[in-house]
Amino acid sequence: MSPVSLPLFDALLLFSIVGLAWASLATTDERRSVILFIAFGLVLAVAWGRLLAPDVALAEAAIGAGLSGALLLGAVHRQPRPLSPGSTNDSRNQGATGMGVVLRWVVTLLCTALAGTLAWALLHAFSSVPHDMLPRAISGNLAASGVSNPVTAVLLNFRAYDTLLELAVLLTAVLGIFALGQANPGYQPAGPVFDSLVRWLVPVLILTSGYLLWVGAHAPGGAFQAGAILAAAGVVLRLAGRTRIGLPEGFMLRIVMAAGVGLFLLVGLTLLLLGRPFLGYPPAWAGSLILLIETAAMLSIAATLLLAFLGGRPESPAHAARTESANTTASNSGNEEQTRC
Amino acid sequence: MLTAQWMYGLAGCVIMALGLRGALLHASLLQRIVAINVMGAGVFMLLVAVAYRGPVLPPDPLPHALVLTGIVVAVSATALALALARRLHAEQEDD
Repeated sequence: MSPVSLPLFDALLLFSIVGLAWASLATTDERRSVILFIAFGLVLAVAWGRLLAPDVALAEAAIGAGLSGALLLGAVHRQPRPLSPGSTNDSRNQGATGMGVVLRWVVTLLCTALAGTLAWALLHAFSSVPHDMLPRAISGNLAASGVSNPVTAVLLNFRAYDTLLELAVLLTAVLGIFALGQANPGYQPAGPVFDSLVRWLVPVLILTSGYLLWVGAHAPGGAFQAGAILAAAGVVLRLAGRTRIGLPEGFMLRIVMAAGVGLFLLVGLTLLLLGRPFLGYPPAWAGSLILLIETAAMLSIAATLLLAFLGGRPESPAHAARTESANTTASNSGNEEQTRC
Repeated sequence: MLTAQWMYGLAGCVIMALGLRGALLHASLLQRIVAINVMGAGVFMLLVAVAYRGPVLPPDPLPHALVLTGIVVAVSATALALALARRLHAEQEDD
């Protein structure tokens, strides 16, 4: 691209990103808001590509726009009336319109002031000479990290602690979701067109996730993108009305959920016993250890994200089939939960 | 100072403030969750803009790794928030 057209491209891209964010938040229609948010995420992925962050672009497209979008759309679909923080919300809004207007203006003003302060600090930071100590340290030690993609090196080697705790956050979130109740009811079996699409799509998704896991060592990709794509295969199966979506059951499910954190900890503690620092891989073994940890992490991430989409403890397929038949026999007019896709 | 860096940095500030405003003012819980995600995206844009070093130099991989972590944490927080909202809704229905 010529140097003249690049700022123009940037301006158009940023105009659409800020515009989509604005539109998504300006409406009070939940469905519209969520769909605009998904579009926002997809255009954002283009921006990450433009800023030479392909790893982030992949994660944004798969997780930020894809899975978050599926989660939010599923939630909109299940709530016929808007979710309000309190049941007395309507009367509160009517009773205090004057106060409400003042409050809106105060909040808007404060948020503008925050944006201004941030922008000022940012411009101040940009106008000084950039610190390149960390990037130089990363590129200087890349050869000893076991991988050649610097982002994977940071995630799985230099700052492996962060990633270990991130997997712990994922596990905690899914345990919280489990504590809140049963999984959402499934969907009706798909029609022939969607069903044949699913037959093609699911193997391609599984293959893509395996590729992304392997290629993450030396090119954009890695456990997070791969796990998200694998979870997407399960989401597609779920949307097509399948009761078996690739999740193991019972004890095996718990093993898969905890595999990422577990294997990560096991490697770290074993290295500690061998007299090395916690998660300080020996350079000769680093590549294999990272692949091992990433494989376990991918399975855990995929299971976690898929369980997040289910929205609760999964039922066993036999039980699910029973409730499904019970739901269809007792189909009252308000039962909109089983939908054709 | 690079033009692209400040353009994307400023847009990040604006998106973050828009998200914060939405999260504070929306009556609908679901839209508050969307707004918090928009706010997160603004922060990610700030970080990726900081990492950018122009078309020739490679970008700083550390903020990229932070943003990747952030995206995954954001989706798990969103999922937990939606599950909480669903439970809250179910409790309200029972009343």
